[in-house]
Amino acid sequence: MGENELRGGVGLRLWGALVGAVLIAPTLIVIPLSFTGKASFTFPPESWSLRWYQNFFTDPGWRDALLTSVRIALLVAVLASALGTAAALALDSGRVPGKGLINGLLLSPMVVPQIVAAIGVYAVFLKWGLAGTTLGFVLAHTALAIPFVIVAVSAVLRGYDRRLEQAAASLGAGPLTTFFQVTLPLILPGVLSGAVFAFVTSLDEVVIALYLQSPELHTLPVQMFSSVTVETDPTIAAASTLVLVVTTMLILLPQLLRRRSPEETR
Amino acid sequence: MTATTPLTPVAGTVAAAARRGRRPRGLLLLAPALVMLLVFFAYPVADIVWRAFSEPHLGLQNLRDVFADPVTLRVLTRTVVTAFGVATLTLVLAYPYAHLMTVVSPRWRAVLMALVLLPFWTSLMARNFAWIVLLQDGGPLAKLTGLLGLGEKPLLGTAVGVALGMVQVLLPYMVLPLYSAMSGIDRRLLSAAASLGAPRRTVFGRIYLPLSMPGVVAGYTLVFVLALGFYITPRLLGSPQQSLIAQVIGTKVEKLLDFGGAGALSLVLLALTGLLLLAVSRVARPASMLGLKEED
Repeated sequence: MGENELRGGVGLRLWGALVGAVLIAPTLIVIPLSFTGKASFTFPPESWSLRWYQNFFTDPGWRDALLTSVRIALLVAVLASALGTAAALALDSGRVPGKGLINGLLLSPMVVPQIVAAIGVYAVFLKWGLAGTTLGFVLAHTALAIPFVIVAVSAVLRGYDRRLEQAAASLGAGPLTTFFQVTLPLILPGVLSGAVFAFVTSLDEVVIALYLQSPELHTLPVQMFSSVTVETDPTIAAASTLVLVVTTMLILLPQLLRRRSPEETR
Repeated sequence: MTATTPLTPVAGTVAAAARRGRRPRGLLLLAPALVMLLVFFAYPVADIVWRAFSEPHLGLQNLRDVFADPVTLRVLTRTVVTAFGVATLTLVLAYPYAHLMTVVSPRWRAVLMALVLLPFWTSLMARNFAWIVLLQDGGPLAKLTGLLGLGEKPLLGTAVGVALGMVQVLLPYMVLPLYSAMSGIDRRLLSAAASLGAPRRTVFGRIYLPLSMPGVVAGYTLVFVLALGFYITPRLLGSPQQSLIAQVIGTKVEKLLDFGGAGALSLVLLALTGLLLLAVSRVARPASMLGLKEED
């Protein structure tokens, strides 16, 4: 290691701290704001209370939005992780014709502007009678979430020894037994983190949800969007804080699981 | 691993058999996910583009309107300029950060990575709401500019406010490809250059920067493309007078039910996105940051 190598000097570390703060700090201000005593967004708050949390869980508008979001996100997590895991296994097992095209399709939800997808889905779902229905939300969100599941499962499959399946098969296990007894337990960390990503993708999705909503059915992000554009209601700060805490815990959980997995699969 | 060694000759034939049998089953496993994406994502996008040519009647009228209308052209220019500004500022912030990630201890690297990934996954609405609070009149940032002697400037509803919010939301998309390119650079090249007497600036300019270029191109393109199509942040932090193209697309559908006009603008946005990704695809693939396997 020479003297002139590029290493972390004081300046670089300060810059890192600044960028780290830019990444995380702005979001954190919603936490103190959620405990404000007044119906205003004044920051820092001048008085304190828990009334916005109370309002979040008792006001029908907010409570229904939360329940709708959780119900849709759970369905999306189940559906997307099943379909995504199957697709990841297929992609991993070798030659699939048109792999470039398939990758392009899998990548498209990431690069196609959300507003374009949203008005497209809106127009088509109006025709099909899916706008404003739970099924409509679930189908649109599942399509968005599948790529994240495939990425998560593929990452685990890279360190997975396929010969274990062959060993199971040679010992007389059928394909289903092999899958549930051998494959699934070994790739479970990837499937679980895929399911979490799918859940969070759906829970957080705003643009498509804005177009698919109906007066009877809307999700939490839509409620937050309408709340912030219509009135000064700090319930949105309580909602933001709860969503931040829950998603952070959900995202960190599989990271911890995955950290343990290399030792287990090796 | 060791237990499988005696099995190897058997495993070879089993593997061959399995591979023979797997091809159709592979497609069967893949089909549901692909159908889902085709029917509920790709088809709707294709449908809205088709409406550009078919509504209200068959022809190129909608596209002609896009390029004949000075207001739309101004919106397009503003969108591209904003995307350039946002991508450039993001690069300036992210490059040293990604480099720092490659030189610190694994524990600190995990912390820096967590700082990038957490906002990547935490609620977009929560972050946009946070920016409304930060940018509001008399809010924390206005007080800060006041303290710096610039006067308490209004920020909410301005292009500066929108750009600040977009930079923060898009930072992870710049850091991740940069880090992935930088962590692949062979450190011995730097040592070699240094031991041959190259000063730090030369080591950086002649070796490190060129080797990190694929990451720069990937990150810059990704952020630029995402910024072009940003909807929620400009809608909440900006003003209707300073609309970006995504907002205009939304308004056309919501207020005017003009699917044809929205489709034409969507086509322009998609074409811009596609051309950019195609142009850089030889140098860098933003795709690779997602972890999708590339065909060799």
